[in-house]
Amino acid sequence: MGKKNLYSLLVLVGIIFALPLIVRNPYYVGILVFVGIYSLITIGLSLLMGYAGQISLGHAAFFGLGAYTSGILSTRFGFSPWFGMFTAVFLTAGVAYLIGAPALKLKGHYLAMATLAFGEIIYIVFNEWIEYTGGPSGFGQIPRFSLGNFSLDSDVAYYYFVWTVVLLILLICLNLIHSRVGRALRAIHGSEVAAQAMGINIGKYKLQIFILSAIFAGIAGSLYAHFVTFVSPSSFTVMFSVVLVTMVAVGGMANIWGAVMGTALLAILPEYLRIFKDYDILIYGAVLLLIMIFLPEGLLMGVFSIIKKEKNE
Amino acid sequence: MTFTSQLLQYIFTGVAIGVIYGMIALGFNIIYNATGIINLAQGEFVMLGGMIMISLTKLAHLPMPLGFFISVAIVTLIGAAFERGAIHPLKNPSIITLIIITVAGSILFKGGAMFIWGKQTYTLPPFSSDKPISVFGAYLSPQILWILGIMAALVLFLVLFFTFTLTGKAMRACSVNKVAASLMGINVKLMILFSFALSAAIGAIAGIIITPVTLMNYDRGTMLAIKGFAAAVLGGLGSNVGAVIAGFIIGLMESLGAGFISSGYKDAIALFVLLVVLFLRPSGIMGTKE
Repeated sequence: MGKKNLYSLLVLVGIIFALPLIVRNPYYVGILVFVGIYSLITIGLSLLMGYAGQISLGHAAFFGLGAYTSGILSTRFGFSPWFGMFTAVFLTAGVAYLIGAPALKLKGHYLAMATLAFGEIIYIVFNEWIEYTGGPSGFGQIPRFSLGNFSLDSDVAYYYFVWTVVLLILLICLNLIHSRVGRALRAIHGSEVAAQAMGINIGKYKLQIFILSAIFAGIAGSLYAHFVTFVSPSSFTVMFSVVLVTMVAVGGMANIWGAVMGTALLAILPEYLRIFKDYDILIYGAVLLLIMIFLPEGLLMGVFSIIKKEKNE
Repeated sequence: MTFTSQLLQYIFTGVAIGVIYGMIALGFNIIYNATGIINLAQGEFVMLGGMIMISLTKLAHLPMPLGFFISVAIVTLIGAAFERGAIHPLKNPSIITLIIITVAGSILFKGGAMFIWGKQTYTLPPFSSDKPISVFGAYLSPQILWILGIMAALVLFLVLFFTFTLTGKAMRACSVNKVAASLMGINVKLMILFSFALSAAIGAIAGIIITPVTLMNYDRGTMLAIKGFAAAVLGGLGSNVGAVIAGFIIGLMESLGAGFISSGYKDAIALFVLLVVLFLRPSGIMGTKE
């Protein structure tokens, strides 16, 4: 991990620590918790999209699997939320292996379509397996996390808890991309043939990153379920998978910091766009299209390179 | 209802939706053959076809045949505009960029449709009489005959187009080898534009003929696209014969599954087939091995 990343991490720690001191409104603290939860998913997605060069249109389903697994185990069977999260990690990893192993052997679009189909199937199961999932209306009264005797009931406490997890995962990922694995992944993204010729097992790396990103989404799901204390299928649609991809694309693929920033931007912005209500889908579509055509490196890097160009001229 | 008549009833429905999946799969194939892109907005062309037809015939009171041709023409233009606006300007796009762009196009069309038509579900009267024909105790809606007839005409048109016209031959040449095709003086970029226009037209026709049976709203496109893609993969991506056959297979499986197993999981059946095919035989039933 380079010096630049270390400083960025320290700045982030500062911001995370200070924000609840400035943001007093509990509603906004709640939004910041969501930014943290979604960031977990988009950090994983950015590894997958930017470094492994693959795309998943089904991460909302992994998110949902985590939420439902953790929620059902703790609410209906009385297990602790920690055990729920633990199980969610194993379940999402297993499912990701089953989906990813065949799809990643093929080129290009297959993972996208396989994950899209998988996302729809999981969404249908959430709706139809009423006995456990509560069907379209979902179920509530999911307990909150507790650390020893200390229950994370207040939103501010939960905020610190979630963002500590985000920092841990950021640390893991930054180490990962500056390690042998990270160099291998970048080589794959550059040229699969060249990477293979250098002895990199591309299939294995892609699958591992796919599973890792699914695990992050599963953890995020568990954190979500025990924060909102209520889950229903409408939070885990394919459209949400697209929103997650948009967050990564806005921040810039192949840039973990960008993923967090894109997430923050797209999670906070709609709060100011209340007038558009139902038409947010139009805005997401337009934003995604424009960024892909004009700033394929993402908003952050795109603006930087434009400024650089201006300066040079 | 006896078991036979029930079975027949499900088969009629399955054939009707199977035609639609087959047509969507054809749309996927035409763009895939020309560009290597899987156009995830394919389902939106179907939705737009149905919706525009509804507006033209119900609000503008155009006669059915005229409404049909104008709707197809409008969607064809939308398909061409999408190619010119979003695909054409890209320089050396990666596959991931192309996927995201077609996804973005898809939700943009969907959002636009919601903006124009709202969230209601609309219906369209059948093309001719709505009196069902009784076949061994099952009811065959005349619309299903229309669907089959139009599908047959479309397939015939495509076969003639790709075998006998210069443009059709040029498009096939592009799918074999783009560099060689351009060396022969074929305008590859123009052929890509044609492939989007043609796919959009086929999608629009599918949307118009199925709307009297299944109704239509702004939200239908994604699911139709995934099921059509399942048919395209089952048939072997790029194979048009395979697409049509696989469309029927998936339509029948879905309809029989909904009737005899569980209607709630009806939509999951095609998706499950897709995943199983990806697992066991990604080249599909008619495709060549990768």
